[in-house]
Amino acid sequence: MTDTTTAQAAPKRSLTKTLELDTRLLGMIGAFAAVCIVFNLMTGGQFLTPRNIFNLTIQTVSVAIMATGMVFVIVTRHIDLSVGSVLATCSAIMAMTQTVVLPEGLGLGLGHPLTPWLTIIVGVIAGAVIGGFHGWLVGYMGIPAFIVTLGGLLVWRNIAWYITNGQTIGPLDPTFQNFGGIGGTLGSTGSWIVAALATAAAVAALFSARRNKVAHGQTPKPLWAELTMSGIIAAAIFGFVGILNAYQVPERVLERDFAARGETMPDGFTAAYGLPISVLLLAAIAIAMTVIAKRTRLGRYIFATGGNPDAAALSGIDTRFLTVKVFAIMGVLCALSAVVASARLSFHSNDIGTLDELRVIAAAVIGGTALAGGIGTIHGAILGALIMQSLQSGMAMVGVDAPFQNIVVGAVLVLAVLIDIIYRKRTGG
Amino acid sequence: MTPLVEMKDISIAFGGVQAVNRVSIDLYPGEVVGLLGHNGAGKSTLIKILSGAYKADSGEIRVDGKPVSITSPRDARAAGIETIYQTLALADNLDATANLFLGREIVTGTGMLNDAKMEAETRKIMARLNPNFRKLQEPVSALSGGQRQSVAIARAVYFNARILIMDEPTAALGVHETKMVADLIQELKAQGLGIFLISHDTREMMELCDRVSVMKNGELIATERVEDVTEDDILSMIIMGKKPEKAA
Ligand SMILES: Nc1ncnc2c1ncn2[C@@H]1O[C@H](COP(=O)(O)OP(=O)(O)OP(=O)(O)O)[C@@H](O)[C@H]1O
Ligand SMILES: [Mg+2]
Repeated sequence: MTDTTTAQAAPKRSLTKTLELDTRLLGMIGAFAAVCIVFNLMTGGQFLTPRNIFNLTIQTVSVAIMATGMVFVIVTRHIDLSVGSVLATCSAIMAMTQTVVLPEGLGLGLGHPLTPWLTIIVGVIAGAVIGGFHGWLVGYMGIPAFIVTLGGLLVWRNIAWYITNGQTIGPLDPTFQNFGGIGGTLGSTGSWIVAALATAAAVAALFSARRNKVAHGQTPKPLWAELTMSGIIAAAIFGFVGILNAYQVPERVLERDFAARGETMPDGFTAAYGLPISVLLLAAIAIAMTVIAKRTRLGRYIFATGGNPDAAALSGIDTRFLTVKVFAIMGVLCALSAVVASARLSFHSNDIGTLDELRVIAAAVIGGTALAGGIGTIHGAILGALIMQSLQSGMAMVGVDAPFQNIVVGAVLVLAVLIDIIYRKRTGG
Repeated sequence: MTPLVEMKDISIAFGGVQAVNRVSIDLYPGEVVGLLGHNGAGKSTLIKILSGAYKADSGEIRVDGKPVSITSPRDARAAGIETIYQTLALADNLDATANLFLGREIVTGTGMLNDAKMEAETRKIMARLNPNFRKLQEPVSALSGGQRQSVAIARAVYFNARILIMDEPTAALGVHETKMVADLIQELKAQGLGIFLISHDTREMMELCDRVSVMKNGELIATERVEDVTEDDILSMIIMGKKPEKAA
C-alpha cells in the first residue's frame, strides 16, 4: 500500500502524452503534409492553391463518408467489398425516385421542395435494408462477410443497372444537387459563422469533458494543455475555412448568376464559394460516428466484439444482432455517399462508385484501422481518405498515366498495412 | 437451508462426445465447491451451462430452490451468477474500466457512456482488491496475468455476484498473485457468496474448498467433504474414477 503513493507522484510525461495526442495520428498528418508538399513542388505551387484544395475536399467527401462506416465493419473483424455497388444501387433508386416515381406517382416534379428530402429518405432506407441484409447473412447465417459482400459487389452493381435500364438518369433535382459540391456552398459569411460555431462547440466539449473528470476525482490535463488543444482546434477550423473562402467564384459565373436574376453585376463585386454543404454533411457524419464509437454502448460493443468476440458474447452482448447493425450503418452511409456522388455529377450514371470499395478500405486501413479487428478511429479513416485522394489528384496533376496511378494506389494500400504491422509490433499495441 | 444452486441430472453432448453425463451438484451460501478431474473431464462444460454459455440437452437448474431457465450469459448474470473463465474473457483492446463494465455500462441521462463515473468506480474497487493496480487507462493486453485476473474478479465482485464460478483462476499466475486470489476467495466466502472453483492443484483445492466433486469422462464420480478424504483419496478418484474404499 505504501509504495503506491510514491509511485503515483508525477512520472515524467512527454509533451504528446500531456496533450493526450495520438502519435499515430501525428504520423498520418505528417504523411499527408509530405504528400502535399511534394506535389506542390512538382506542380510549381499549383497543388496547394485554394481552388485545388476546394476540389480535393469535395472529391474526398464521398469516399470519406463510407470510410467512417468501414471502420466499424473492419473493427468487428469483417469486410465490406460491396460498398461501391451498394452506392450505385442507392444512387439508381434515388435517381428514379426523383425523376420518375415522385413526379408520376405523387405529382411532385423536380424542384418541388419535398423532392430532395423524400428522395434521400428513400435512399437511406434502401441502404439500411441492403446493409442489414448483408449483416443478417453474416451474423445469423454464418456466411463470411468476405463472401457475402463479394457476391454483393456483383449483385448490386447489376441491380442498379436494371433499376435504370442501364441509362444515365439526369438532371437531378436542383436542391438535391446542392449536396454535391461546387453548386452548394455557404459563401464567405456563412462559412465564417459555421467556423465560429464549430470552434465554440469543440472547445465547450473539451471543457465539459474536463469538468466531468474533475467531478469524479480524476486529475485532468494541465490547463495550459487544454488551452493549447483549443488553440490548435480553432486554428485548424479557421485555417481551413479561410482557405476555402479564398477561392473566388469566377467573374463570368457571377455575371451569369446576376443576369439570370435580371440584374447587372456591380463593379468590383466578388464572392467566395466557402464551405461546401457536402463537407458539412461529412463533418456531421464524422461527429455522429465518433460519438457512437466513443460515447455509446453500441460503439463500446463494436470495439469489444472486435477485440474478443467470445468475451463480448460471454458478457451478454448479442454479437449477431450487432453485426446486422454494423452492416446497416454501412448501408446508410453508402446511401448518403450516393447522394453526394450523384449530386456532384448532377446525374446518375451506371459506373458511379466503381472501385470505391478499394478506396474506402484503403482509407480506413491507411487511417489506422487494424484488419485484425478491435482498433480504428473515425478521424483516422477520414484522414486516410484525404491522403488517398491527394495522391490520386496529385498524380493526375503531375501528368502520371491513369494505369500507373492505379498501380501506385494499390501499392500504397499494401505498404500502409505493412507500416501498420511494423508500428504495432514496435509499440506492442 | 436451501442450496444457492442445484444442478440436477445435467447432460450435454457435442456431436458424438458426451461431454457431461447426468451430473448433479449443488452449492450453499458461504461455501466453496471444487471441481476436479483430468483434462477433458467436462468441468468447464458443466459450469458453462450454469453461466449461460452452453445450453444443457437435459437436466434442471435451480437457484434458491426455484427452477430457472438460463439460456444466455445475460440470464445467468440476472440470477446473480458471475463467471471468471479459464480463457480470461476480456477484450484485450479495451481498458480495465471498459472490461469491468462490459455489457453493463453506466450511462448518463442522455444514454451516453459515463466513462468518468465508471473509471472512478473501477478505481475504488481495484483499490480494495489489488492496491498495486494502476493501469486503468491502458488496454488490458498491456497487463500481467495477475492484473488481468484481478480485472475479471473485480467484475464479479462489483456487480454483487451471489454465485461465483472460477475456472482455473490461478493457472496463469505467480506465487504472490495466487495467494492474492486465495485470500480473495476466503473473503468472498465470508461475505456469503457461493463459489464453484475449478483447479488441477489438488493441494490448493483441499485448502480452499469445503467440498470437492470429481469428474471423469463427463460423469460425476463423487462429491466429498474435504475433511472426510485425503489428498491421495482424491488423486485416486481422479485417476481410477472410483470412490475410495472407506475404512469402516
Ligand atoms: N464447444 C465444444 N465443441 C465440441 N466439443 C467440446 C466443446 N467444448 C468441450 N468439448 C469436449 O467436451 C469434453 C469436456 O471438455 P471440458 O472443456 O469441459 O473439459 P475440462 O474438464 O474443463 O478440461 P480442462 O481441465 O482441460 O479444462 C472434451 O472432450 C472436449 O473436447
Ligand atoms: Mg476446463
